[in-house]
Amino acid sequence: MVTLTINGQQHELDVPEQMPLLWALRDVAQLTGTKFGCGMAQCGACTVHLDGEAARSCVTPVSAAQGRAISTIEAMEEDEVGSRVQQAWLDLGVAQCGYCQGGQIMSATALLKETPAPTDEQIIAAMSGNLCRCGTYQRIRQAIHQAAGHEEEQA
Amino acid sequence: MSSHHDTLLLANVSRRHFLKGMAASGALVVAARWDLAFAQDEDEQYGADAMPHGWVDDPNVFIRIDEDGTVTVINHRAEMGQGIRTSLVMVAADELGANWDSVRVEQAPGDEEKYGNQNTDGSRSMRHWFDPMRRAAAAARTMLEQAAAEQWNVPVEECRAGVHVVVHTPSGRELGFGELAAAASQLPVPERDTLRLKPRDEWRYIGQMTGPSQEVSATDMARPLAIDGEDIVTGRAVYGADVILDGMLYAVIARPPVYGAKLASVDDSAAREVPGVVEVVEIEGTGQPAAFAPLGGVAIVAENTWAAIEGRRALEIEWDLQAAGDNAAYDSATYRQQLEEAALAPGQVIRNKGDIDTALADAASQVEATYYMPHLAHATMEPPAALAHLEDGRITVWAPVQAPQAARDDVAGRLDLEPENVTINVTLLGGGFGRKSKPDFVQEAAILAGKFEGRPVRVQWTREDDIHHDYFHAVSVDRLEAGLNAEGKALGWRHRTLSPSIGSLFAPDPGHKQGFELGMGFNTMPFDIPAVRLENPEALAHVRIGWFRAVYNLPHAFAIQSFAAELAASAERDHRDYLLDLLGPARQIDPRDIDEAWNYGEDPERYPIDIGRLRAVVETATEAAEWGRELPDGRGLGLAVHHSFVSYTAIVFDVEVDEAGELAIHSADIAFDCGPQVNPERIRAQMEGACIMGIGIALHNEITASEGRIEQDNFHQYLVPRMSHAPQVTRVHLINDTPDVAMGGVGEPGLPPVAPALCNAIFAATGKRIRRLPIGNQLAS
Repeated sequence: MVTLTINGQQHELDVPEQMPLLWALRDVAQLTGTKFGCGMAQCGACTVHLDGEAARSCVTPVSAAQGRAISTIEAMEEDEVGSRVQQAWLDLGVAQCGYCQGGQIMSATALLKETPAPTDEQIIAAMSGNLCRCGTYQRIRQAIHQAAGHEEEQA
Repeated sequence: MSSHHDTLLLANVSRRHFLKGMAASGALVVAARWDLAFAQDEDEQYGADAMPHGWVDDPNVFIRIDEDGTVTVINHRAEMGQGIRTSLVMVAADELGANWDSVRVEQAPGDEEKYGNQNTDGSRSMRHWFDPMRRAAAAARTMLEQAAAEQWNVPVEECRAGVHVVVHTPSGRELGFGELAAAASQLPVPERDTLRLKPRDEWRYIGQMTGPSQEVSATDMARPLAIDGEDIVTGRAVYGADVILDGMLYAVIARPPVYGAKLASVDDSAAREVPGVVEVVEIEGTGQPAAFAPLGGVAIVAENTWAAIEGRRALEIEWDLQAAGDNAAYDSATYRQQLEEAALAPGQVIRNKGDIDTALADAASQVEATYYMPHLAHATMEPPAALAHLEDGRITVWAPVQAPQAARDDVAGRLDLEPENVTINVTLLGGGFGRKSKPDFVQEAAILAGKFEGRPVRVQWTREDDIHHDYFHAVSVDRLEAGLNAEGKALGWRHRTLSPSIGSLFAPDPGHKQGFELGMGFNTMPFDIPAVRLENPEALAHVRIGWFRAVYNLPHAFAIQSFAAELAASAERDHRDYLLDLLGPARQIDPRDIDEAWNYGEDPERYPIDIGRLRAVVETATEAAEWGRELPDGRGLGLAVHHSFVSYTAIVFDVEVDEAGELAIHSADIAFDCGPQVNPERIRAQMEGACIMGIGIALHNEITASEGRIEQDNFHQYLVPRMSHAPQVTRVHLINDTPDVAMGGVGEPGLPPVAPALCNAIFAATGKRIRRLPIGNQLAS
């Protein structure tokens, strides 16, 4: 039995310690906003926050998440920065299919918590681990600037 | 408009089909119906008329109004990011006069007898459904007006629908849509020819979400309409793997590594020891051609996905590669050489004009080039997944499918059920790009559900499964030769194209591209050249070949648009000016006059190939990019234009290549003409996204095979673009939003010109000509 703190709530999960957090979230805790994309930290669709830092849940065993605050996309409406990011995503019509966007929002929120007014270069560096096959990168970059509270910095 | 559109009948189906469940809400249901009798009409059929179940069978479009005024639009097309769930609702809401905040959408299950064609591909949804949706909504609005007239006991001419209300114009009295719904649902549906369709100046949603002007960034845009937007950003949106049912099981499948191979033996003893593994099930494949049938293999069914993955890891499997025949020897590098050799000899003649041999022999100079595009994997961010539940002789599926009717028919066939006992619920698609029009993964889930009757089973594909067992985009070799006169003008053009055909997926390998494949930018080569010869030598398939966004337009546009730039360089002329000369004067080409019979299934008279529109997108994109401006060494502009899916796209890239061969893309200017625009904001989004996908095709995307096995496993080897590869700025210029031309496609036509425009820009920057995709490290040497 593993005890995880997910979005402020304690969950007792009957899973092996080496199970990736992704599958514990999706199949056991039934929080399906966190997506499976690659299983090897290449695409970012599974991004969650561990103690506020972006982490790829597909390569994070539940044992490594024990005792840490796990936040998922489902909690971002209640998060001051996360909700601003979500709003910017809606304002700019970022999403196309939307499958990767939960992970994108988690990465963007973590970035803004660390760097409240990132430059284009900082955004690209922080977001290049998150793939979007629909190709929404331009709007993601603009939305992060908007959520940061300033207009886009065009190089 | 073809005469068949006149056979559209509007029928009130609310009493027959829906009121049982919805009578309490007084729901009004209106459906566009097509008269069955015309199915026997032997005249040529085009557009939606020609699609399976397109107009022959049953209701196409539904609108429901509840007593509380909620308007529900039932969307029967798959949503994969193109925004159709929003855009079709915009059409219905506008024609009805509905207030956007009171509109919701409901996704139709797969049932083409009832909804009409649901196969969401070919960039067809809006161009085929704009008119039927408008007519259905106009009929509903008319019925609301009639209901109001009866209630007030006034002439219907005095009643006019406003925004979510019907107004008695002389007195100003109003009744809400919800108050009228029950009475309206009892009225006969008006005849089609009595319907009043709103003129453009009454539209409130259609074409109105224009967002920014061309030069303004998306940040200045009014917030776009997006039906699923909030669900997506909060993680609530439901994709293929997000449906959870009590007692469900989770499966992954070990599939044969070579197309056509079969299971020889399996030792599952270790797999069964993995905690959480419930059962090991053999799935029988169906050999070649596979169509949409499963490849077969060994399924691990478990209590969760991770246990299934771990169980599969523990399987020891021997495959029978003999069963795969030649496919077990497939080597993509060798295959490329074979196609390049075959391209030196004549092939089936597809189009011939003038005397090509004389034109080439007499030319002042000859130019020749051979282009290569490898297999591509769709790699949708959501790997295939499907959940199936068999109970009491009925199976219910939840899956992200572009072709729910095909999924339904195949599941019914495989499980020996009547189609009416198969329900395919269509979730959101986490990307489609053509992969999810092939529902092999749905059959897999259904087969497993059949083994665990009463327990739902989800099949989850891992990324490795997705890349190894895709229906790959066809590998292509295109060889072009041209003869130029002393002024550099092209007098002769010979193009040989070689690719395995998608036809090989459904029947014994035809060995040649089929009509619809040649019609994607090969036959339709638009240049005004005296001698033209187009040929198609043989090429055989050794993996599953399938549709990929824009399909054969990709290699055809890459070759033709690269070669046009090579000719311009050979003639020492400006590429833009030379391209416009190749296109020749503005004129309309009847596709039949260039031996092109397919024309994307559209009426050649409504949809000619319009050279004026090709010229216009070239001029728009080049002007926006300030074509001809001075640029420093290592920097250049590149251009390409292409007609596909009855729309027109031109792109100009501004790129820079440093001494180390590092590429930076400063900007992309995309000019796009799809004729009338319903949701311009989403059209922009499609162009922006196609630009990124095309950059990936140009830079990195490549699937290779050795001994019949795919060599790439995951995103560390099949590289798709990241934010760092995106242009610094992408500007989309939408032109020609006019009812004077017929509506074109949007989802695919942005993609074909991207790779050639980028390679042409690299040539302009460096003098290095890319003929083999992907570019990979070719710039480093």
